[in-house]
Amino acid sequence: MLLNQLIKELITKMGDDELILGHRNSEWTGLGPVMEEDIAFSSMAQDKIGHSWALYRILHEELGGEDPDQFAFMRSEKDFKCCHLTEMPIGSYDFSLMRHFLFDHAETVRYNSMLQSSFLPLQQLARKVRGELKYHTLHADAWIMQLCRAGEESYLKMQTALDNCFQLACGIFEAGPDDKQLAAENVYPGEEALYEQWIEAIYPVLVKASLNMPERKQPVYGGRYGKHTAYLQPLLNEMGEVFRLNPEATW
Amino acid sequence: MYGGGYIFEEPNRVQQREEQLHDDPEKLAAFEMRIAKGEKIEPGDWMPAEYRRQLIRLIEQHAHSEIIGALPEGTWITRAPGFKRKLALIAKVQDEIGHGQLLYNAAETLGKSREAMINDLLSGKSKYSNVFNYPAETWADVTVIGFLIDAAAIVNQVANAKGSYGPYCRALDRICYEESFHLKQGHDAFIELATGTPGQKAMLQDALNRWWQPIMHFFGPPDKVSGHSEKLMQWKVKMASNDDMRNQFLEAYVPKIRELGLTLPDPLLNKNEETGRWEYSDPDWDLFFEVIKGNGPCNKERLDVRKWAEEHGRWIRKALMKEEAFGKKAMPVA
Repeated sequence: MLLNQLIKELITKMGDDELILGHRNSEWTGLGPVMEEDIAFSSMAQDKIGHSWALYRILHEELGGEDPDQFAFMRSEKDFKCCHLTEMPIGSYDFSLMRHFLFDHAETVRYNSMLQSSFLPLQQLARKVRGELKYHTLHADAWIMQLCRAGEESYLKMQTALDNCFQLACGIFEAGPDDKQLAAENVYPGEEALYEQWIEAIYPVLVKASLNMPERKQPVYGGRYGKHTAYLQPLLNEMGEVFRLNPEATW
Repeated sequence: MYGGGYIFEEPNRVQQREEQLHDDPEKLAAFEMRIAKGEKIEPGDWMPAEYRRQLIRLIEQHAHSEIIGALPEGTWITRAPGFKRKLALIAKVQDEIGHGQLLYNAAETLGKSREAMINDLLSGKSKYSNVFNYPAETWADVTVIGFLIDAAAIVNQVANAKGSYGPYCRALDRICYEESFHLKQGHDAFIELATGTPGQKAMLQDALNRWWQPIMHFFGPPDKVSGHSEKLMQWKVKMASNDDMRNQFLEAYVPKIRELGLTLPDPLLNKNEETGRWEYSDPDWDLFFEVIKGNGPCNKERLDVRKWAEEHGRWIRKALMKEEAFGKKAMPVA
């Protein structure tokens, strides 16, 4: 396959992950357990949605893709390539916090790996978002530690959340058939390499928090090939509800 | 946004009047002199009990209005059309929650904890701006709120920022700065619909018709029926009368609405060139008081959302308290 087509697929799955998780995080606006967390989740939602917009703009401007709004708000479910972790409803705060911890470390290793990418627009974006992500992982790590050290009830909630999220999070690293070519072309190192780096990033935090890391037994795959949970379609319906009233109009 | 112009009165004020009588007359005179000279009152300064009580009520209601006011627009974050609007709306609602935080902090300097304030909100004892007890039915409602309710709140907040209590004024200065940015975003989204397709324009007109009465209610009952303002104005707790603020709002925004080719659902709404004041039909004040009592279209829904957040967040707040008691020691794992 042409390299540009492979890069397009890579950027699409990255952008979709960020859009859908950003959308989910934004659902905490007004509902946070403390006002400060409400603000934090809103802020991270903005960053994620902003990243997806930037990625879709690269698709549009560099790779002949559609207009970013059309691409985000009009695409059909099967054309989305987000992983299942991002699609799950916000659930309770422990779930959302653990998802944020696991995803944001994954995002960090991914962008870090692209600091030297041969595809220049990705390299430039990686440089830009790195600073933001530092605060996201700092936030996630601090909260995980705090809640794990605050007594049995909250510790158990965090361990359960980790158990519930872990296989889903492994699904972030569902390999594409052409990862080797992308790695050989120095676009990025491929999913398996990122998975290893991710484990290295999260393991010390989990140890410090006395959490037991589950084994990678049954990673939840499918999202990268357009197979999704039942939660995605309703999310997309909601997201596009106003835009689709008149996709040609400006809003 | 979001501070409503109207400070809701609690039914029983007898006890406070007695407290007021017990204020040391010399201290009271000195206090009133300071305010007359334009000095700010700070948390450690002597102040009459009634001044403290009224300020707590005012700032607390303002804080509640920020966090409850985040809800009608917040429900549209997930539906905002396009990246630009989606990001702007999240940022805006996030700011409102931040304003709530600032204001709770300002009220805490007067001796009431955030927790006590939230409890009073949830029990219905403490009020918030009535305008948030109406539903945002379409995207156009979001633009009407973002433009006109924000504009109305700014009229009120700019006035209050010149008040006498230092911490509240400083919080308001910062809030007004951010609000002016929200107003620009709201205006932009409003104009987009007003100048858009016939469908968009109809949607906006419909929302405007529905929101006009709550907007007229926003500044509170007419001065002729709204008593108890004199002392509050002397103490610079209340900085402008309800009718004056309403007039200021109409003066600034009715022409802007009309020049976009939109209409307002009040045949009497007109500026009297002789008096220089706007005239309008009386909005339904019985309805206004019904909504305050809790019988508006969304009172229950709004409080239910806050209750959900409080209940689901309880273990986290508990865990935060415990952590301090544990002195940052790790929880041993069995």
